[in-house]
Amino acid sequence: MKADVPPSGTPLVELKGISKRYGDLLANDGIDLSIEPGEIHALLGENGAGKSTLVKILYGVIEPSAGEIRWEGRPVTIGSPVEARALGLGMVFQHFSLFDELSVAENIAVALSSDWSLSTVREKLGEISRTYGLALDADRAVWTLSAGERQRIEIVRCLLQNPRLLILDEPTSVLTPQEAEHLFTTLDRLSSEGCAILYISHKLEEVRRLCRRATILRAGRVVATIDPRASSAREIAALMVGNAVGEVRTDAPHHPQGETLKVSNLSMPPAGLHGQALRDINLVARAGEVVGIAGVAGNGQSELFAALSGERLADRPEALAINGKPSGTMGIDARRRLGAAFVPEERLGHAAAPSHRLSENTLISHAATEVSRSGFILMNAAKRVARSIIQSFDVRAPEGDPQARKLSGGNLQKFVIGREIIRKPKLLIVDQPTWGVDAGAARLIRQALVDLAREGSAVVIVSQDLDELFEVADRMAVIHQGILSPLKPIGEWTKEAVGLEMLGVAQAQGGVHAV
Amino acid sequence: MTTFEAILLTIVTASTPLLIAALGELVTERSGVLNLGVEGMMAMGAACSFAAAVTFDSTLLGVAAGMMAGALMAALFALLVLGFAANQTGSGLALTILGLGLSGLIGAPFVGARRDPIAPVDIPGLSDIPVVGRLFFEQDLFVYASLALTILVAIYLVKTRSGLTLRSIGENHTSANALGLPVRQVRFWAILFGGACAGLAGAYLALVYTRFWSPGMTAGRGWIALALVVFAAWRPAWVLVGAYIFGAATVLQLHAQAAQFGVPSQVLSAVPYLATIIALLLLSIRHGRAIGAPGSLGVPFVPDR
Amino acid sequence: MRFELTPRTNASTMMRVFASVAAFITAFLIAGFVIWLMGRSPIAAFDVYVLQPLSDPWSLQELIVKATPMALIAIGLSYCFRANLWNIGAEGQYVIGAVLGSWIALKTHGMDAGFWVLPLMLLLGIIGGALWGLIPAFLKTRFGVNEILTSLMLVYVAQLTLDYLVRGPWRDPKGFNFPQSVTFDPAATLPPILEAGRVHYGAVFAAIAVLVTAVILGRTLFGYRLKLTGDAPRAARFAGFSSKATTLAVFAISGGLAGLAGISEVSGQIGQLQPSISPGYGFTAITVAFLGRLNPIGILVASLVVALTFIGGESAQIMLKLPLDLTQAFQGILLMCVLAADAMVSYRIRLAARGGGQ
Repeated sequence: MKADVPPSGTPLVELKGISKRYGDLLANDGIDLSIEPGEIHALLGENGAGKSTLVKILYGVIEPSAGEIRWEGRPVTIGSPVEARALGLGMVFQHFSLFDELSVAENIAVALSSDWSLSTVREKLGEISRTYGLALDADRAVWTLSAGERQRIEIVRCLLQNPRLLILDEPTSVLTPQEAEHLFTTLDRLSSEGCAILYISHKLEEVRRLCRRATILRAGRVVATIDPRASSAREIAALMVGNAVGEVRTDAPHHPQGETLKVSNLSMPPAGLHGQALRDINLVARAGEVVGIAGVAGNGQSELFAALSGERLADRPEALAINGKPSGTMGIDARRRLGAAFVPEERLGHAAAPSHRLSENTLISHAATEVSRSGFILMNAAKRVARSIIQSFDVRAPEGDPQARKLSGGNLQKFVIGREIIRKPKLLIVDQPTWGVDAGAARLIRQALVDLAREGSAVVIVSQDLDELFEVADRMAVIHQGILSPLKPIGEWTKEAVGLEMLGVAQAQGGVHAV
Repeated sequence: MTTFEAILLTIVTASTPLLIAALGELVTERSGVLNLGVEGMMAMGAACSFAAAVTFDSTLLGVAAGMMAGALMAALFALLVLGFAANQTGSGLALTILGLGLSGLIGAPFVGARRDPIAPVDIPGLSDIPVVGRLFFEQDLFVYASLALTILVAIYLVKTRSGLTLRSIGENHTSANALGLPVRQVRFWAILFGGACAGLAGAYLALVYTRFWSPGMTAGRGWIALALVVFAAWRPAWVLVGAYIFGAATVLQLHAQAAQFGVPSQVLSAVPYLATIIALLLLSIRHGRAIGAPGSLGVPFVPDR
Repeated sequence: MRFELTPRTNASTMMRVFASVAAFITAFLIAGFVIWLMGRSPIAAFDVYVLQPLSDPWSLQELIVKATPMALIAIGLSYCFRANLWNIGAEGQYVIGAVLGSWIALKTHGMDAGFWVLPLMLLLGIIGGALWGLIPAFLKTRFGVNEILTSLMLVYVAQLTLDYLVRGPWRDPKGFNFPQSVTFDPAATLPPILEAGRVHYGAVFAAIAVLVTAVILGRTLFGYRLKLTGDAPRAARFAGFSSKATTLAVFAISGGLAGLAGISEVSGQIGQLQPSISPGYGFTAITVAFLGRLNPIGILVASLVVALTFIGGESAQIMLKLPLDLTQAFQGILLMCVLAADAMVSYRIRLAARGGGQ
């Protein structure tokens, strides 16, 4: 399946036999990759396939254990991002490399060489912004900006240095569909001006829209280099995942009834300095259905999760009712006793303690129930619970009772979701159920969530992954700046409509403004 | 000189070591490192400066020795928290304990010795202005140096390139590392600067303020300097204000003790410590949690390579 | 030159024990070097510091007497440090415990009061220490004030309080103007365990504290709560553990144990109040807690080991004319070595010879 576009002349950059070892894990295993000048090259692969490791090596953030990098045909050692930038590489990070308290101009200046003064940065920023339609206010503090605007800072930072190769790591994961389209236009333009682009993604559609060549990674190795437009989505998916991933069965009949969760006019001030306030949230989840909540990261999802779980309390009990019982002022434990269960976004550090054993980690949400008696821990019961989660949810973990951090992302996520489902909750609230999880685990998790709903529980899924919500949700709403749109059956939503809600355009009932 | 002028002068003298030590710690903290060892570094600065000044009969060498001692102690701390990614709180406490003990060892042979006062530097003309003239323009060099240092630190942090790098690293060391900023290198120098300042503050205590050495003479000033940084919300100008308020509190309680108001001297001696607690409390009530704290403060940094 | 750190995934208990021992040996070598720099023989110092106290029954008793307050305080601190809360004011809690407990002793002085005096003193000692510890805890939970600075500042306030009392209202009128209280009545004196021995019942309290703490930390939900709060604070909140309640609880426990140490020391060892009733036990206990790896049994061992340096320090002062400050310096070095050893258990550390960059 080699691409039929013949490489012309010397490639801009060539990676040969790049490997990176972390202890027992071979994150990159003899990777070969070459990029032509002006080419938009996709790096495709599942979460954990080794894409981020590879680009960090290319950008000099981490050192390869073996292999060679050639820049315009000559071997180079890229010892640090500073050296990478000097060569002509620019990088837009997935989790932005920004400084919240500093201004936009300072954020840009700090990444440039020292002959850039703040005033030159301001000047050039205006120029670049106009040329590429990347509007930015130089003096705003970064924490006041949206995810889309933050990404613009990262891009402008790179463009100011006239890069020959621009690397973007999962750039659309925080963007609305409209913002993503705008980004693609910018990238097309850069490419036509001769700047090569390495585009990292796990989203096929985007790659087919942008790229002529794609290198596919699986488990740290290159499995193919293809023309994504010439191959079917199914073929590419099979290459990425290795074996065919089944679809989630959602067609079981269901008749949602009752109001397992009822949120009425819930408002909450922002927590901490840069939090998002929740404004007048109304939401009903019925037994038997999956309710999806879409939105771009940072629009109040984690605040909503904290309010629903009871990690933050409402000011009045009626703001939230679980199984008809006003529980807005109840703590998380009391809500669990009412039959609710919760899975937060962060696996390590929030849902589970990394350095604790799996049996100890069951205590986090089972403490009040079967694993303790009058203040004493029943360690054997905890071990039993852990074992049954491992069996029921196909958690692949080292033998015995390993620490949570020894599990891969997908397996730990199966564990923390299984830990809640095994309690047979009447209500399950999940924040980003498959974030950073491989395809197989993601499918298993989605199926488990749908099955739980079909057995008569109410399931609320907060997710940035629109495809996921369209796959499993029965009804959906969009959260934007702490305001939740009305819930509508999934069939009544289109991606465009969701995108408009994500931008807050629908709420403002104004025209579509350029992003 | 009137009594009033004399009091004002001693306030300046009492405030200067606090100001110098707090400025050093401020730079360290803005780079994202919490060094709780100020008290220990200050004690070492005091002991070493006094020992050197007496031995070589030179204030200048004494000052140099004090700064060196503070910086060396800080280097030890840097080795622990940067080289070994050790817990910063524990390492800072260890530094304090070590500094207090070691300074006792070094200072022991010099207990009982005295140094002559340092001649004030008179700025001609300006020092003739009544009251403020003598207060501001007839001080020792350290006082001028500490005020200059305040301005320099402020300019460095806000206006210079290197200051921007330092602030970025303190704000978010993960981002800084991803951009290739030299996180540990910058922190190393920031820690060293903090140590040298603490050492200088100690030297000032021993050579100017008391002009003798006694074990434990820092009496919690290092800890007050740490509190000042929090109180100042990590801004140099407010460190200056805070240091003078605390200096004034210290001096006034001493005068109150001398005046014998019938208040037990211990109550008055407790004033600086209680004032620190109250200042921190008022600040927290007004602003909520530590406002202005660098984002990565106190978090160990382990580069991923 | 730069340090490279690779996280270790398989740090065993054996490694952790070994690390503590290695830290201790390293600290001894450094201290030996310092002594050599001072122109004394490190071997002679080792003999005086370690071997002599261990070969003399009187010193062995003294060892337990000195270890008792440090073990009690360090056990309390282990609750705080496990939950990642930094009570560094145990010295002040110790002093206030001693003051409040002694208040009963002084009130009942010469009254030939009954057996209830001693239990009441101990109780008030615990309460005094706990209340003093709760001040920074309350300021933290209610207003978000940094507990490190407030707990430390309160040490000075506590010491000045004691100083005021023994020089003022509580001074022994027949004491030739010495700043000290009357000597406690037998009813207010914590008796020795053995008739003619020096080891008082404080040692029993310390042993009980060790055992109870071992059970609490290892077997109870509260113990798990502390561990979770320290290791993953968000997960602790997610588990439904209120961080405020945890903060208040651990400060009360550590303050209470420090107060118990204070009143035990005054009524079992010193027998009266003086301006200084501690050679810095409250601060040294921080080293003890870390050296014992926040584990109750480990702390017990560590307190005996550190007590040895106190006794050794005293005899070295007499026999070798080595200043007492050397002991404190040694404790600082020891704590540093322990922290470095800790890091070496968590990370594989390699020195790479490469300039610039990181």
